Amino acid sequence: MSAPQYRKVAAFALAAGLGLSLAACSTKNDNKGAADGRVTITVDCQPVGAQAELLRDWNADVVAFQKLHPNITIKSVSVGAQCDNPPDFTARLQGGTVTDLFYGYMTDLQQVIDSGQAMEITRYVNKDTISTWDSIDAGAKAAFSDNGAVWGIPTKNYSMGLVYNKNLFQQAGLDVKNPPKTWAEVRAAAKKISALGNGIAGYSDYSAANTGGWHFTAELYAHGGQMVSTDGKKADFNNDMGKQVLQNLKDMRYGDNSMGSKQLLQWPDLLTNAAAGKVGMFVGAPDTTTAIVTQFQGKYQDWAMGPMPGQDGPAKATLGGGEGYFFKKGLTPDQVKAGLMWLAYEKLTPGKGQFDYVRAKPENQPVGLPQPQLFTVGSEAQKQDLELRKANANINVDDFALFENNPVPIKFEPPQAQAIYAVLDGAMSAVLTDPKADIGAQLKKAEDKVNQVLTSNG
Amino acid sequence: MMPVAGAGSPLAPATQGDEMAIITVPGTTGERRRAQPPPVRGPRTARGRKVRDSLTGYAFLAGAVVCFAVFAWYPMIRGVIMSFQRTRRGVTTWVGWDNYERIVHDPSFWTAWKNTAYFTVLALIFGYAVPFFVAILLNEFRHAKGYLRALVYLPVMLPPASALFLFKFYAYDPSDAGLFNAILKALHLPTSQWMQSPRMTMPAMVLASTWMNMGGAVLIYLAALQNIPGDLYEAAELDGAGVWGRIRHVTVPQTKLILSLMAMLQIVATMQLFIEPLILANGAGSQDSATSVAYLIYQHGFFQNDLNGAAALGVIMLIVLGGFSAVYVRLNSKL
Repeated sequence: MSAPQYRKVAAFALAAGLGLSLAACSTKNDNKGAADGRVTITVDCQPVGAQAELLRDWNADVVAFQKLHPNITIKSVSVGAQCDNPPDFTARLQGGTVTDLFYGYMTDLQQVIDSGQAMEITRYVNKDTISTWDSIDAGAKAAFSDNGAVWGIPTKNYSMGLVYNKNLFQQAGLDVKNPPKTWAEVRAAAKKISALGNGIAGYSDYSAANTGGWHFTAELYAHGGQMVSTDGKKADFNNDMGKQVLQNLKDMRYGDNSMGSKQLLQWPDLLTNAAAGKVGMFVGAPDTTTAIVTQFQGKYQDWAMGPMPGQDGPAKATLGGGEGYFFKKGLTPDQVKAGLMWLAYEKLTPGKGQFDYVRAKPENQPVGLPQPQLFTVGSEAQKQDLELRKANANINVDDFALFENNPVPIKFEPPQAQAIYAVLDGAMSAVLTDPKADIGAQLKKAEDKVNQVLTSNG
Repeated sequence: MMPVAGAGSPLAPATQGDEMAIITVPGTTGERRRAQPPPVRGPRTARGRKVRDSLTGYAFLAGAVVCFAVFAWYPMIRGVIMSFQRTRRGVTTWVGWDNYERIVHDPSFWTAWKNTAYFTVLALIFGYAVPFFVAILLNEFRHAKGYLRALVYLPVMLPPASALFLFKFYAYDPSDAGLFNAILKALHLPTSQWMQSPRMTMPAMVLASTWMNMGGAVLIYLAALQNIPGDLYEAAELDGAGVWGRIRHVTVPQTKLILSLMAMLQIVATMQLFIEPLILANGAGSQDSATSVAYLIYQHGFFQNDLNGAAALGVIMLIVLGGFSAVYVRLNSKL
């Protein structure tokens, strides 16, 4: 074969091969706003098969919604348990394989905007598309907005408090109705609980995979501190409050040996231990109990919750967060409206979808948890939701009353949150794995590093 | 030599010879062509056959080329391009060396390189020497050979994640209930915090990694050992060489090439340390003691909204590994 022929054949083979593999890679795009007025949208984070009841409810809601809106077709996509796994989300987002409506955390906003994969939806969001829009909590809305432009719709929110195991409290002779309110009380209770032996940690906390820094932040907020100065340029935790956070942990870990021997925990580790009855207390949001039950085989009856402890009295603030849905760029106006209507139906209407307590009551799902608290206190929707929730509660509402009735101001995550959390994992792991850890030196090191992060990303 | 050069240079022989391109060794074609009698069939059919043969060859080649192009070369080029860009608010701009500057100023940048280098050196000492001696030992056994070999190779068949979870939850449990601590305690030795001690993090990861990966290396060494002619050992024995003498003067020189190749492969593989810190240390480990370069890339790309910085670090790593690979290619060409 002559050289030109060779080139032709090679080019052909390459083109054919590439074409084939690219065709295999690209995701099929559904008909966008077809002429006959039919609209199809894809939605991710359909519950996984293991959550049989949640999945059945979701599918039933899709059918009911489509009956209400015969021109709309909802195509549900399950991405497995990946909804809880940030790296998987990033991969889908950056790879451009997100669905028309895609799930994300409040803290994903910047990443979603930067990726160029999402669209701004300000002009579509109003009472016509989401009837409860005006009642939705302003903080939650703000977390999905950027300079007044709406990029996402909040569908869940949470704030942290002290989650505790009632069983272990009773066994340790502690008052189940009166959980610790300060860190000194947490320490005393942890000591008693860990004295039960059997590998039980009185108090447990994170120190790996960025969750250590996340909880350092929550506990610093409780002391009244902040991670980053108000202008966002300097680290602001190398002070007495930051020291106190680490000192409390170190005292429990090595002073009292009340935090168990296994450290370097990340999110599923702690909850697995908790579900197994090996954790007396931890800092978390009400929905951690849902995770303990639905993902880690624990029991609702075991758990109760009090407000976030502070140093000398109630916490000065607590870390808040939440989740919602974004919209893929390039959707037609009809698709966006259809998406908003679906979210309104499934996530934001009292008595429907995630708030359908009548349906959830007999299922193994908690009814009566104080959060999500998506509607502004005092609004019509909030009153309606509260009434329905109380009427159908299947958990002991009193177990969460202390948390609900003693609200602590909510503070959201700092800028560059994950990079800062990664740095603070170092300090958290130091006080939890090294009896000789020097708190001052650890905080200084973390401060320098966070300043470096803020400078190089500024 | 042949597979390396043959796959890369199909063009030259194909234009002059009538052999299938991918199995043609340069040089042989011309000679054979000269030795062949002149073609009996007409030029048209001979030409048709040539085209047909070549096409078959290229068809076989196409699969590999497409796979490499789509899954290796394209992502690599894309990675290099991305390392000089930054995407913000959906707009990608060229930013020169900004990403490199930012990644070098990451608080964990130098720690990650230090940790990775430390792991590589430790892995070279243990992960490299242990399989060699295991192979020598296995080579000496007269009985149960197959059984022992399967036993050594068994861990390789375990998915790495499962093997590491075994270590994490069973062997490296820092309480006295952990397998290793229980053994140490029974022997009245001090127990260890394993992954929770910054000092032990790397040795513990090397131990797990060696256990997981040595099966493959052992088999390669065994094959090399069996190629050593037995009379060399006999001669050495006659000259009065002991066990060590025989290893030093016969085994090592005879397997030198394989040894050096394996060393290079080992360095390139261990420098990409990722799954061990991810699973055993939940990422960074105690006080950043487990952070590796690959884990830092993962942090930037998947947690910190910084794919461009991740790409820059990837390119830096590529250059470093490229250096080692160049040494490998040089050694390989001596084979």
